[in-house]
Amino acid sequence: MASYSTNEFRSGLKVLLDGDPCIILENEFVKPGKGQAFNRVRLRNLMSNRVWERTFKSGETLEAADVMDQDMEYLYTDGEFWHFMLTDGSFEQYPADAKAVGDTVKWLKEQDVYTVTLYNGAPLSVTPPNFVELEVVDTDPGMKGDTAQGGSKPATLSTGAVVSVPLFIVIGEVLKVDTRSGEYVNRVKSS
Amino acid sequence: MTDQLVWRPTASWENLKSRAQQLAYVRGFFAERGVLEVETPLLGRHGVTDVNLEGVAAAVDAAGVSGGWLQTSPEYHMKRLLAAGSGSIFQVARVFRNGERGGRHNPEFSMLEWYRVGFDDTELMEEVADLVCGWLGCDRPDVLNYRDAVRAIAGFDPMTIPPHDLYQICQQWLEPEQLAGMSRDDCLDLVMSFKVEPELGRARPVFVTHYPTSQAALARITSKHGFPVAHRFELYISGLELCNGYWELTDPVDQRQRFEQDNRRRRAVGKPEMTVDQAFLSALDAGLPACSGVALGLDRLLMLKTGAARIEEVLAFPIEHA
Repeated sequence: MASYSTNEFRSGLKVLLDGDPCIILENEFVKPGKGQAFNRVRLRNLMSNRVWERTFKSGETLEAADVMDQDMEYLYTDGEFWHFMLTDGSFEQYPADAKAVGDTVKWLKEQDVYTVTLYNGAPLSVTPPNFVELEVVDTDPGMKGDTAQGGSKPATLSTGAVVSVPLFIVIGEVLKVDTRSGEYVNRVKSS
Repeated sequence: MTDQLVWRPTASWENLKSRAQQLAYVRGFFAERGVLEVETPLLGRHGVTDVNLEGVAAAVDAAGVSGGWLQTSPEYHMKRLLAAGSGSIFQVARVFRNGERGGRHNPEFSMLEWYRVGFDDTELMEEVADLVCGWLGCDRPDVLNYRDAVRAIAGFDPMTIPPHDLYQICQQWLEPEQLAGMSRDDCLDLVMSFKVEPELGRARPVFVTHYPTSQAALARITSKHGFPVAHRFELYISGLELCNGYWELTDPVDQRQRFEQDNRRRRAVGKPEMTVDQAFLSALDAGLPACSGVALGLDRLLMLKTGAARIEEVLAFPIEHA
């Protein structure tokens, strides 16, 4: 397996640290005049999602982590695994467990494309696109004449996600939602 | 965005104009004081022996010279001029240090180096303060010796702390297995970098003086409070290390020993040994006049002048875009 020395460190690099795959978030080079150089590195552990801060002596190396992002279509869940398929025409399928799917489960819609991060060939995490379009399956009846003024109510979407929506939204409408904030953006079409 | 699309300078026009003004200021400063501007090779036959400095190897093939090094500092060539009778000299030089890139480092940078014949370190510190404060409009620096700086900020005595206790302290940054091969000075550098330096020169500029002799490099050594100390000084402003100066070592025997010691250290850490520059040693044999010298990072001085947080804000093109 390839390894990276401190001179190759940069944000986005995926490395193995204490046996876990990590992504370098920040790399700062520190060196007093004629003294020993160090790299102060912030990394996110891709297994635990925790952010670590570590110091390395200049010249130390870290093993590269076999981590890569792939676009995959979500197919279905069997209750234990969520099945994804590569969009490159290979039809290769990957089962992701609950840990890998994590919070993304509430944005999973069949036939939509997600970024699946593979570690040693197995799904490590699933990232939704920034915006998804989902149908409202449950919300209080719309209130006419309330379109201009503020005010909001919860709406349950087809995936089970609950978002805060304006009062005029009714069941059956398709909404555009920002998955990063979990916020309603706009109506896509009326039923 | 991919790197090849970035063709514009990373510094603002305002900062690039300030760079030009700084250069004019520096030249005016030395012209007024009768210090001669010189130019020496950026491309030399030899690199340096310092264990923590990596030159950039060149591939010269001319006049029987092959290989060569981009210089990490114009020091040896300038000292040859001094030995040849130049009197006080200064140079604005581009210097090269491999592997160094960060918020305060670029592998190629601008160094102002000058030597004052007949000055000791204290007199040269006065001149550094004149130059820096005259440009930045800052308060004149306080003076703090290395030992007191570490005692005050890190809470231990760097001259007397037992190795085991020093290792213990360093474990807040490094794992025991990372510390295994580190020398006492490496450990002190770690504390200096992460604990002491960020606090230095916060309220007002400060000179750190009288370094441990193991960090003497090319400085004279005398005794202070029963401990041998090196006549080396550094200026810090807002946690930024700005210059490194010495009351220069003029003894060729001592200098030879330090080169050999450097190469022993290089061998110990698995780095290639560097050929010692015999022309430089011959110059010392002929006699370097008593002098003090200092190297000051002009890019960092400009960072302070413009309030830049990172060095690329004052460089037209840092190495990734060069």
